Amino acid sequence: MKLETFIIKRLFLMLIVLFGVSVVVFVVARAIPADPVGAILGGNAPIELVDEMRRRLGLDKPLFDQFLDFMSGVVRGDLGVSIKSNRPVIKDIAEFFPATLELAIVAALISIILGVPLGIFSAVHRNKLVDHFCRVFSILGVSMPVFWTGLLLLILFYYRLGWLPGSGRVGIFTVMPPKVTGLLLLDSLLAGDFGAFKDALSHIILPAVVLGYSATASIARIMRSSMLDVLRQDFIRTAKAKGIGRRLVIYRHALRNALIPVVTVIGLTFGSLLEGAVLTETIFGWPGLGRYIVNSLLLLDYPAIMGGTLFVAVVYSLVNLVVDIIYAALDPRMRV
Amino acid sequence: MSRLLDVENLRVIFHTYRGTIKALNGIRLWLNEEERLGIVGETGCGKSVSALSVMRLIEAPGEIIDGQILFEGNDILKLSEEDMDRHIRGKRMSMIFQEPISALNPVFKVGFQIAETIAHCNDISIGDAYKLVPESLEMVGLDWKRSIDLYPHELSGGMAQRVMIAMALAIKPKLLIADEPTSALDVTIQAQILQLLDELVKIGKNAVILITHDLGVASEFCDRITVMYAGNVIEISNSEEIFDEPLHPYTKGLISSIPIIGASRELTGIPGSVPDLVSPPSGCRFHPRCDFCFDRCRTEPPTLSEISPGHFVACHLYSDGVKEG
Repeated sequence: MKLETFIIKRLFLMLIVLFGVSVVVFVVARAIPADPVGAILGGNAPIELVDEMRRRLGLDKPLFDQFLDFMSGVVRGDLGVSIKSNRPVIKDIAEFFPATLELAIVAALISIILGVPLGIFSAVHRNKLVDHFCRVFSILGVSMPVFWTGLLLLILFYYRLGWLPGSGRVGIFTVMPPKVTGLLLLDSLLAGDFGAFKDALSHIILPAVVLGYSATASIARIMRSSMLDVLRQDFIRTAKAKGIGRRLVIYRHALRNALIPVVTVIGLTFGSLLEGAVLTETIFGWPGLGRYIVNSLLLLDYPAIMGGTLFVAVVYSLVNLVVDIIYAALDPRMRV
Repeated sequence: MSRLLDVENLRVIFHTYRGTIKALNGIRLWLNEEERLGIVGETGCGKSVSALSVMRLIEAPGEIIDGQILFEGNDILKLSEEDMDRHIRGKRMSMIFQEPISALNPVFKVGFQIAETIAHCNDISIGDAYKLVPESLEMVGLDWKRSIDLYPHELSGGMAQRVMIAMALAIKPKLLIADEPTSALDVTIQAQILQLLDELVKIGKNAVILITHDLGVASEFCDRITVMYAGNVIEISNSEEIFDEPLHPYTKGLISSIPIIGASRELTGIPGSVPDLVSPPSGCRFHPRCDFCFDRCRTEPPTLSEISPGHFVACHLYSDGVKEG
């Protein structure tokens, strides 16, 4: 199958998945045994006010009509109005998501740039000293919880050394660059404001390193085992017999095969980073999507919960689509 | 004809948790230019290890611990890895493997994999090498327009082996090593592939080492046969003589275990099984399975000696006046 046909097929499948997710989000939101109106107005509100609120939220309609309203909104990109902020949910997401996206991108870059070479290096020098070092490094990364590494780094670099700021995306005195993409690093560069860029960079380093470290570790581990597996294959012996040299055998013949499972892990990791790393965002006061959704949950802000969840599902599906495309590009056997 | 390959006293071991496997126990092989040598033996007798040693493709946990491999007069065991790649592998020697589909890289197109080989051999770019790929594919009887952009998983076993042959012969090697090239294929395809190989090698004047467990195939294809058993060369002869006058009891056993349609003789096998090479039998490694075994066989390993011109055997039955038993 051609790559284009494959992509179109996958896009179509994604629509079906998203419809399913919408149904589940709707049903779960209605099934929670808590009354949003009660949560907003409090238990002692007069009955007229409660009815009025029900009407405003559309909760007086039959369930199926509510679902149709919700779905028609979703199709038009209208996720309803947040009860807490009284703003369209989509606007809230537009405000919080770029922070998460930026953090996720930087963390993912760190983990790919470190994890992939580390895994290759480890596999090629199997059971040598460097391999043992890399494996200890990876085990630590996988097993240390992010709130723990996060706190340790904060104590060291913020509290003791004072080299890096402790929370937020920029310092309070920094003038924010004009918003283009919502990614501060990019926007400040676009505006040519290097002061703001440096400030944003210094803020993102710690949370990105914390998130990136655990991702680096899992990528390095899977890269190592995948590489070792591929290096045992018959076609590697063929490549060696061709006399093309060790470098090409590893980087041309083995790597492309070994990357296939690694791409999945990278995709899954990136996907979960985009959901918002709640713990990391909380520790570093990072105004991201994870914190937004958790806060909405605590306040029973139904439209925000549904909208946020659906948005995360869309993002996740998109990431998976990209993973599938990369997969198919790497492995011709996948294009079926 | 001048000598192309001369392997002397080659010893290869494999380090395992169970102990050291003595895979090759000081073997001797030689091959003239344009000659075809068959290496025959059971699974685990060391025939593939011999071939891989000649390509210097033995890797940890395997190790070549002794011997010399003279190729065109130079001991290639003394060459560095870089020199092996620069001058020998993929330049003077190439190899065909048993499982053609898994021996091809699944993520590259057939054309690229052949082009890569040509590019390395002739020190040209892969783009330039691509122009020579159609010729190689046509040579092995494939329609190049249809096959050049296929991936290995889109090939049948026979087609894949044709691709491997195209790849191995595209560089016009002095020595072609074919490690069980037909074992993984259907019987009808086996004959086709062997015939193709026969024609191409005749044209290309390549010397060939054919590794097989099938004595019939080997004697039909090759000029000379080397029989191996448990890491030793036990008999060397030209291919007619090995059938007419086998000397070693093991070779005799091999021949009598080949079924012949219409023959009235009983099909006999060789009793026992291949010895464990971590702790091989003392003396002659075949003695526990040999009907003619006597005291000396249990203690003293026999050496290869020439019984008649060009016919060598490693068996005490033929030394010191002891005649055929």
